[in-house]
Amino acid sequence: MSSKDNKDIDDVTGIDTTGHAWDGIKELNNPLPRWWLWCFYLTIFWGICYSIAYPAWPLVKGATAGVLGYSTRAEVAAEITRFEEANAEISAQLAAADLSTLSENEELQRFATSAGGAVFRNNCSQCHGSGAAGAVGYPNLLDDDWLWGGDFENITYTIRHGIRNEEDWDARYSEMTAYDEILSDEEIDATVQYVRQISGQDHDATLAGAGEATFMDNCAACHGDDGKGSYDLGAPNLTDAIWLYGGDAATLEETIRYARFGVMPPWGSRLSEAEIKAVSAYVHQLGGGE
Amino acid sequence: MSDTTPNSGPAKGFLAKHAILERSPTLLLVSSLLVVTVGGIVEIAPLFYLENTIEKVEGVRPYSPLELAGRDIYIREGCYVCHSQMIRPMRDEVERYGHYSLAAESMYDHPHQWGSKRTGPDLARVGGKYSDAWHLDHMIKPQAVVPESIMPGYAYLLDTQVNAEYTADLVATHSFIGVPYTEEMVEVAAADVLAQADPDTDAYDDLLERYPGAQIRNFDGQPGVSEMDALIAYLQMLGTTVDFSTFTPDASR
Repeated sequence: MSSKDNKDIDDVTGIDTTGHAWDGIKELNNPLPRWWLWCFYLTIFWGICYSIAYPAWPLVKGATAGVLGYSTRAEVAAEITRFEEANAEISAQLAAADLSTLSENEELQRFATSAGGAVFRNNCSQCHGSGAAGAVGYPNLLDDDWLWGGDFENITYTIRHGIRNEEDWDARYSEMTAYDEILSDEEIDATVQYVRQISGQDHDATLAGAGEATFMDNCAACHGDDGKGSYDLGAPNLTDAIWLYGGDAATLEETIRYARFGVMPPWGSRLSEAEIKAVSAYVHQLGGGE
Repeated sequence: MSDTTPNSGPAKGFLAKHAILERSPTLLLVSSLLVVTVGGIVEIAPLFYLENTIEKVEGVRPYSPLELAGRDIYIREGCYVCHSQMIRPMRDEVERYGHYSLAAESMYDHPHQWGSKRTGPDLARVGGKYSDAWHLDHMIKPQAVVPESIMPGYAYLLDTQVNAEYTADLVATHSFIGVPYTEEMVEVAAADVLAQADPDTDAYDDLLERYPGAQIRNFDGQPGVSEMDALIAYLQMLGTTVDFSTFTPDASR
């Protein structure tokens, strides 16, 4: 298109003009640098190649699949399989293992505790705390005070089925009675003092003496005559210094009046067998395993 | 001054026609709109009729009225500012949160809550992971259960009751914009709000039939249907509608 005949040099800058003129103002012809232009063409070329190689163009029934056959979903599945295969042998070993003899197999034990730690931090720490020390209403797993039993079998069962949930029919279940309308205010006060007595706290001895009978009639069926609780019913030991909701008189009164109903979701449907065994082993070795 | 540089003269032929566009503002405006529209048509229009946009998944249902009310509270309180609701297809996400999210799972979301900002964890599959009591404790004071949390407390949700009439309007609005609520669902929406927070009503079975898998409980353990009930009902159903044991992902998607 250009020819020497058409050149029109701007007097001030000495640069050619494009020939466009508006009200006497001319446009200088400063073309883009060659390297820039070629990079631009290259990106267009790259875009075309990319859309051929990878899934891109939407058609009526679906998008073009791309000649490389790449799929994000297949990649995730492959990645998960790769790790599952790498751990397949030891995971199968763990899934089939009798946890009570776990300490005999050092490698398996190490695998179980570290895998279990990961499962715990993701799924359990929100209630039981990242250090497993629990919170008010959510049991501390570091001590040896258990509600439903702290041996491998019981821990595994609790994790698999949960406690008092609606999702799993095999969930551990018990229900404390709310005594608000069953016992008189005096009886409740007395029972509170009796519970403070057996747990070794400051108490009113006269009231506690009166509360013993009420305790035996109403509470001992689950918590035991000695108040040491029962794993079968998830009834807490009331004679130690460890409290789930609190051992002060006000909290005890609230517990007796309105009862407690702690729920734990079942994990059998969310975790694999090996993961359940692993997190059981992890919780067991935290300090309180029986 | 060199005059060896070739100088382009006035363009001829087809290219010269651009002068017409450039000299008429109206024509230029209309023409640029037409050009931009092409992008919209190519990128957006196919999504409305393409069969592969949303893969068929069993179990996804519209939100029950109480869940929908909870969802509105979720949006109102800006939960999406810190929590995403989309598990991306990557191994570490799938291992932590569960199966990656499917388009069908947010097909009744107006607007969707996918997000990409994760100050807190992803919530796409938080349903059933914790107990109602945990959600209640956590909403009142997150640090009571997760000491290291920086989430603010939302105890005041207990103070306000859900307005069943407004929620029924909300259901009607969602129905209007294409969520497949039946006429019956819209009619009894106000009653369903109250029914889902009380497991002892006669509406229990009907509610379950209308919204399969809906959880019917007194979520906050207190009388009435508070905003807390609605929010926990919503959280407890997130990501629970698809039964992944019967789902085979389409690899080429």
